[in-house]
Parts: sequence; C-alpha cells; structure tokens
Amino acid sequence: MGNGTQLGRVRGLGAGGGGVVHHWWLQRVTAVASLFLVLWFVFSLARLPSLDYASTRLWLAQPIVAVPMCLLIVGVFWHFRLGVQVMLEDYLHGAKRVIAMLALNFYTCAMAAFALFSVLKVALVAA
Amino acid sequence: MAEFSLPPNSVIKATGKSYPAPAGSSRTKNFKIYRWNPDDRQNPRYDTYALDLDATGPMVLDALIKIKNEVDPTLTFRRSCREGICGSCSMNIDGSNTLACTKPIDEVKGEVVITPLPHMEVIKDLVPDFKHFYAQYASIKPWLQTVTAAPSGEERLQSPEQREELDGLYECILCACCSTACPSYWWNSDKFLGPAILLQAYRWLADSRDEMTGERLDALEDPFRVYRCHTIMNCANVCPKGLNPAKAIAEIKLMMLERAG
Repeated sequence: MGNGTQLGRVRGLGAGGGGVVHHWWLQRVTAVASLFLVLWFVFSLARLPSLDYASTRLWLAQPIVAVPMCLLIVGVFWHFRLGVQVMLEDYLHGAKRVIAMLALNFYTCAMAAFALFSVLKVALVAA
Repeated sequence: MAEFSLPPNSVIKATGKSYPAPAGSSRTKNFKIYRWNPDDRQNPRYDTYALDLDATGPMVLDALIKIKNEVDPTLTFRRSCREGICGSCSMNIDGSNTLACTKPIDEVKGEVVITPLPHMEVIKDLVPDFKHFYAQYASIKPWLQTVTAAPSGEERLQSPEQREELDGLYECILCACCSTACPSYWWNSDKFLGPAILLQAYRWLADSRDEMTGERLDALEDPFRVYRCHTIMNCANVCPKGLNPAKAIAEIKLMMLERAG
C-alpha cells in the first residue's frame, strides 16, 4: 500500500473521484434556491391577513403555495444534508464519521418526508 | 475527532528565562520566543529577550540573528536569504504567520511574540518538520508534463499572454505560511493538500505548455485533497508574497466543474 514512505502516505489510496465537484456545486445551487424560497415564504406569511390555523391552512392548500413550499422543503433539507456532511468530514475521522453520516442521512430523509407529507396532506385532503 | 487542545507534553509552561537588555539601552523591546528542545524532555516554554532597538536591524529576523549571535546561541531557527525569496524563516510573529526577514519590528505593538508555524510538529524551537508538506508538494508532480515530444534544439514557447497566466502563481516560495494558517489544514492535513500545494497544483494546470491537465485534475478530484477548502481566506491574508491561494483553489474547482459538464 506504500504507506511506509512519506510520499506513499500522501498518495494513499489515490483520489476518491466520483465527481466530487457536483457536491460542491449543488451546495451553492441549493443555497441560492433556498434564499429565494425562504424570502418568498417570509413575505408570503407577512402578507397573510391573519396567522390563525384556518387562514394559514387555506393559504397552504393553494397549489401556488403548496408547490413552492415543497420546493423549499427539498431545497433546505438537501442543503442541510450537504452542509452537515462537510462539517462531519472536517471534524470527525474514521468510524465515527461513517456512523454520523448514516444518522445524518436517516434524519434528513425522515424529516423531509414528514414535512412534505404534511404539506401534501393540507394541499390534497379536503379540510 | 479533530484535536482542538494541545497534548500535555506540548502545553507551554510559564517557566522561561529572561535576558535583560544591555546596560545603557535607550529603546528596548522584548522578544518572547517559543523554546523547545527535544533532548531535555521538558515542555515548551517562552524565553524573553530584551534588545536595544537602536543596536538591532529593522526586521524580526535581524533581532533573531542578534539574539543567536550575542545573547543565546542555543536559539534555533531557519533562515537563509534574508530578503523574502527563500521562504526559510516562516514563523508565527505577533499571532500571524509571516517571514521574519520581511516583518518590520516596528509593526508589532508591545512585545514581539514568536512561535513556530501552527499545527506542525516541532523539531526544535522555531523549526517545524516539513517532511509531510514536501511529500504533498511532490505528490502533485510539480514539473512540466507533456505528451508531445520536446522540440529539438528549441524552447517550448509561450506567448506573453500565456505567460501572464502564471503571474500570482509562480511567485510562491513554499514557505507554508498559508497552509499552516488554514484551519482545514490543521484538522485534515493528512489528506487535504492545503493552500500552498493547491496553488502550486494550479500553477501547472494554468501552464499553456503542460498537457497533463486531465490527469492532474483526476488526482485532485477528491473530497479531502481539494474540497476541505471552505474559502476561509486565512491563506490570502497571511501570504508574505501577497498571493491568493484561495483564488487558485477556486479556479481548480471551476476547471473540474467545466469538465464535468
């Protein structure tokens, strides 16, 4: 494995490959997308006449609201997943990182699914 | 887990020696210098040397040489050219990595605290171990690589514009001020190549005569070798040559994006 020399250790197992640049690029794309969607979300809520349950539910049930809401959920959770992965890679090494990455993936998928389901339930099921 | 605290044998103990200024000094300045000797099995300490600035050259390196020549010959540090071109005297002065030879003493308010480059193994006093850094440099194959045979009896020509692409890159003297100022390099230097080596890698990617761009990018396409750079910019802030390694790393990422389509 060549790990008996200084250069051998640096060369290690070789470059990971696998289009890492997409991870970096998608982090930027989801950041910009989330910025616009969060601004839309905040301004839309601010423009609601009332923030009580009934009027918020009516608002969310409209396709023009439910669709960007779903996009917001996907964008933010995707960005969260990519960003936390970078932090774990920075600070955790070895088996700890593998376990943390699994936990991160399970958590992100579960929370995103729960959020999407909630929006779709309001949007698709009659009140 | 990244190591955020010093191991017990690296903690600096406050039992250093003090060397007073010579009698009759008019303008004294204290130099508080990290000392560690591998042979005496003690923790590192700070020794304080008071110098008369009227009898010392203007740069921090002048003070170090004066201390070694006239006060304490055991003080150990690297130096060679004393004009910012060899990169030997890189160290942490007043909390910032720089070259002792180009850092004016006047720029430091109060006492001048000098430590070795951060997060490097120390060999002795201000001398860090560069073996890994140099192996990382060797790993990027820092020489011209071509497929085309060398022209017989001629140079490989470049236009002035092609040569300009190397400005801001060729000036790097590999002093490691940038890499050892980079938190990502602190936590992951085993795999992350760090700003200095990546700037050098880009120097060959940007060279119009080099034909191994794809292979060079293949070797960098790795979550750790390049992508630990989070554009913290410490590298550009400390570079004693005024270069911008973070920009070079961004250019590498753009090249990878361009070829990925």
